[in-house]
Amino acid sequence: MSEHILAAETKPWVKGTDRPFVRIKGITKMFGDLAAVKDVSLDIYRGELFCLLGGSGCGKSTLLRMLAGFETPTGGAIEIDGQDMTGVPANMRPTNMMFQSYALFPHMSVEKNVAYGLRREGVPKGEAMQRTADMLGLVKLDGFARRKPHQLSGGQQQRVALARALVKQPKLLLLDEPLGALDKKLREETQFELIRIQEELGVTFIVVTHDQEEAMTLSTRIGVMDAGRIVQVGEPREIYETPNSRFVADFIGSVNIFDGEVDVAAPDLMRVNTSEGPVMCEPVAGLTARQKLHIAVRPERIRLSRTPLEAANTMQGVVTEVAYMGNLSVYRVQLPNGQCLKVTAANGLHEDNPITWDETVHIGWSAAACRVLVK
Amino acid sequence: MRLGRRFVIAVPTLWLLLFFMVPFLVVLKISLAEPRIAIPPYSPLWEWVNGSLKFNINLENYSYMWEDSLYLNAYLSSIKIAAIATLLTLLAGYPMAYYIARSPEPRRSILLLLVVLPFWTSFLLRVYAWIGILKTNGILNAVLLWAGIIDEPLVIMQTDVAVYIGIVYTYLPFLILPLYANLVKLDDTLLEASRDLGASRMSSFFRITLPLSMPGIIAGSMLVFIPVLGEYVIPALLGGPDTLMIGKVLWNEYFSNRDWPVASAVAIVMLVIMMIPIMILRRAQARGAEI
Repeated sequence: MSEHILAAETKPWVKGTDRPFVRIKGITKMFGDLAAVKDVSLDIYRGELFCLLGGSGCGKSTLLRMLAGFETPTGGAIEIDGQDMTGVPANMRPTNMMFQSYALFPHMSVEKNVAYGLRREGVPKGEAMQRTADMLGLVKLDGFARRKPHQLSGGQQQRVALARALVKQPKLLLLDEPLGALDKKLREETQFELIRIQEELGVTFIVVTHDQEEAMTLSTRIGVMDAGRIVQVGEPREIYETPNSRFVADFIGSVNIFDGEVDVAAPDLMRVNTSEGPVMCEPVAGLTARQKLHIAVRPERIRLSRTPLEAANTMQGVVTEVAYMGNLSVYRVQLPNGQCLKVTAANGLHEDNPITWDETVHIGWSAAACRVLVK
Repeated sequence: MRLGRRFVIAVPTLWLLLFFMVPFLVVLKISLAEPRIAIPPYSPLWEWVNGSLKFNINLENYSYMWEDSLYLNAYLSSIKIAAIATLLTLLAGYPMAYYIARSPEPRRSILLLLVVLPFWTSFLLRVYAWIGILKTNGILNAVLLWAGIIDEPLVIMQTDVAVYIGIVYTYLPFLILPLYANLVKLDDTLLEASRDLGASRMSSFFRITLPLSMPGIIAGSMLVFIPVLGEYVIPALLGGPDTLMIGKVLWNEYFSNRDWPVASAVAIVMLVIMMIPIMILRRAQARGAEI
């Protein structure tokens, strides 16, 4: 119990008494007739690592560019640390940005790139060089100060870009797909590196990404965007376990979705009719009979067996595909009425006789595993 | 395949050999001869005298150029005029190239077309048109007098000012096009990054745009400086008797004095002088390719 209270206290968005550090109030951005961002409101707290997650063209980059001051909102206002940012040009904002392309100045050495912001601010040369050297140490690039950007690898360039954006000690760091150009292995290493640096400096980060895994690993909270709107804001676990719409459930991780309508809404168990027969869910308040809805079931919540299972929902199907992923296997199970389910199961040690293609299997999941989605 | 590739290279090689190397060697040969009142008006480089081959190599044409200060002055004056004209063209051309490179696509094509549009009429005709504009009772003076800006006509024709106007006007496209090609490649996010790091627009221009456009500036400037150094038509038509340029001297030596050997020596020395900016250009391009 006491653990819970402690956890809530370190999460200002749960507590709700702290003043938000960044307030986005009803921001809209039109490009001609096209609304890139539609009436987005968002509060972000000091020290957060907030991810804006969405597919391409969902407006997440435009939102970030409005925070940086590169785009002027058509409507609404942005407040950073209590200051209204309307009319404040990019070079006067307490923010720095790390660009997706890194945007390193090709004609300047690493050192000059990093010191650029300090020198423009009027920091004396000696101090600027010292702070630059410290920052290059933080991103583990000591010894690269004199190199030109084109003499560095992609990962090194990424760290120069990060150092350059951090050296001015911005209140808010904006990162546009910071790991997008790195290969998978380097990306995973850099994710934790990014978290380490963020915790060390205590800077608030807003990260734009299209990679849900990246968002899950990095963030304190995720804002999922679709077609210019924020569709859900929450901690990674919240977004994954309790998505609020079919879009979010589908976008974050993989999911099986049944379309159906409410049959009987009993107080303890709700029955939903789907094309694959009735599915039992935990009851949701405010639903009426015949209401159309979606049921989302995560693949890892479904059990797979050769023998009949004891569960609130059981079905039988034929395995059409098996993908061995090392730590787990992904099965595709075809149900009698045609729907295909994705089921994942952890791989045990020395499994003698694993379930394979064309086998008829029993599958089952609990009522609690069903997430009922109205939208 | 290999034959085809050789053929592709052979055509320009042959072209350069026939229309550059051979004439150059002819000029070099004449520059080493003695003037004669004959046709052709110079001594042959070699002669058969009593069954033996006799070479006549005469370096006096070159030493003469040192002795008469006219030539040195003409070279220096040409370099000065070319340098000032290049600078003026750059000052006029850079904002234009920058504006075109920053324009959205349909407008950009139209602007580029406008830059090259003057080439559709004869160069000579356009220089003559400037005479009509700049002369004492020309269009410019008429407009300024009518507007009450001046009380008596400005004397522009037959001065260095007229020469500069003519050169800037004529050579502007040669500067704009390479500069445009450079500026259009400039990554916008670099300027955004500069702004984001606290630089003003002005500071961003001088620290990011200008240094990155240096290869374009050098290429464009050389494309103006090199031909202007030997320019004849513009100083002859717009300049006055005081406008001293090596192109005019060269013309006089050939056609008025009929001293072909000295004229050839003048041309050879000019070529050597031009090698310097060409080498600068090459080095700048090599550096540009590195970035």
